[in-house]
Amino acid sequence: MALPALLFFAFFGGVPLVGVVLLSFTQWDGIGAISWLGIGNWTSVLADPVMWKAMGLTFGIMVFSWAVQTPLALLLGVFTAGTQKYRAFLAVLYFLPLLMSAAAISIAFKALLDPNFGLAATLGIPILVQNWLGSPTLVLFVVIFVLSWMYVPFHSLIYQGGARQIPKTMYEAASIDGAGTVRQFFSITLPQLKHTIITSSTLMVVGSMTTFDLIWILTAGGPGNATRVLAVDMYLRGFRANEMGPASVIAVLIVLIGLLLAQLLQRLGGKDKTSSQMEGM
Amino acid sequence: MRRNWIAGIFGWVWLAIIIVPIYWVVITSLKPSSEYYTTNPLLPSLSPTLSAYQLVLENDFARYFVNSVIVTVCTVVPAVLIAFMAAFAIVRGSGRFLRYTNSFLLMGLAIPLQATIIPVYLLIIRLSLYDSLTALILPSIAFSLPLAVLVLSNFIRDVPGELFESMRLDGTSEWGTAWRLAFPLTRPAVATVSIYTGLQVWNGFLLPLVLTQDPGLRVLPLALATFQGQYSVNVPAVLAAVVLSTLPILAFYIVGRRQLVSGLTAGFGK
Repeated sequence: MALPALLFFAFFGGVPLVGVVLLSFTQWDGIGAISWLGIGNWTSVLADPVMWKAMGLTFGIMVFSWAVQTPLALLLGVFTAGTQKYRAFLAVLYFLPLLMSAAAISIAFKALLDPNFGLAATLGIPILVQNWLGSPTLVLFVVIFVLSWMYVPFHSLIYQGGARQIPKTMYEAASIDGAGTVRQFFSITLPQLKHTIITSSTLMVVGSMTTFDLIWILTAGGPGNATRVLAVDMYLRGFRANEMGPASVIAVLIVLIGLLLAQLLQRLGGKDKTSSQMEGM
Repeated sequence: MRRNWIAGIFGWVWLAIIIVPIYWVVITSLKPSSEYYTTNPLLPSLSPTLSAYQLVLENDFARYFVNSVIVTVCTVVPAVLIAFMAAFAIVRGSGRFLRYTNSFLLMGLAIPLQATIIPVYLLIIRLSLYDSLTALILPSIAFSLPLAVLVLSNFIRDVPGELFESMRLDGTSEWGTAWRLAFPLTRPAVATVSIYTGLQVWNGFLLPLVLTQDPGLRVLPLALATFQGQYSVNVPAVLAAVVLSTLPILAFYIVGRRQLVSGLTAGFGK
């Protein structure tokens, strides 16, 4: 009974994984014949400053969006795990971004940030009147903001689940000992959420290696190459410049770095058999 | 419990960050296109109109919607059935073959679809499936399997062994046990997995972008992106398309919020 799943995944998952490694050693324009090239693609891509810029950007966005999203998601998760009525009500609204596709979100923000007629420009607050998507530095803030807007709700759901599993008695004991809310947060909540933090961070880090939809629709990698992250770089090389070989090199790099980072984060969190499978995501 | 002011203020600020863009999208989509450039952006129009929505609907929205429904249903149903069968076999059976299958699928959790898009594209061309909805369905099924099998097998493992035993004593085949005992008992997990897979496919953008070309085959996210290119001056229409594409999921959220929320995280919060 396991056969259909195995065959299906082997054909569309296993074969492509081997395939992308093989293709990285070939020359192919996406239409014509595929010819063997050897390590040519690898040497040229590894010497290409565009790739290194994309790599740096990917890591930069990864680190910054992790640093923005983790505290927000953690606080919101703990906040919505509380039992007060208004928190439950707020939680219903917090999760609205989860219902929207990356396409819908990026299109909405593209309109919203329009330098002439968007909400940011017409509110009458001078600091908001900027060419948000046209400036190579501002656009990075925009990308991190929109990524956070989209993904914080998902991660706060994970933290909410984690926070609800912390035994109530721990807080009661702490209250009796006279620990305030802040103290309780740092001495109970945070340590108890260690595994949740690792899971959420792994998903964030590995996910940001492959971020494509949102950035592609929001900026198409621009202005210039200002938001050309690895996944966008791969798409542009492969499907716009018709150079599947170099694009496959980038794809292999994405997989390798993703696996490496997932392993690293797992080590950081200590081995835990039951959740480690999830963390590999 | 004591009131926690800091948490409260933080909670309302975040609410504003989430709600203001959504509110702006909705009210702007209801403005006449001429009014968009002239009125206060945060005030609803005094003469709200559905003309933006009409324009979107006239531009084949229904077809894109149907395409999205076809791709989503034709992915979720087979994916969940196949995954359930595999999960059942892995939990109930033994032997090297099943162990390898399990570890192979678990390894699959780490393979991102984005990184294999080029060979997937090559496969689809070679299978002469390029520019068809089937081209979107087959890889989507495959890439939803690892997580689906993982979540489902965790649940099947929780079914008490005595139940399986009594089915066996009654002479029920493994196949019958799978569908008449395990499947109904793991329904919550089946729902979770279906919702998670469904949302991934419904919102998917890269596969349609790479594997289809015909405007008639566009699914919603891809249609949104092209619509935005065509009607960039008619912002209310673009935003109406955004609203319309989100409505089905919103309806779902209102009806089955709990199910949807647990499906969204597919058990990551466990």
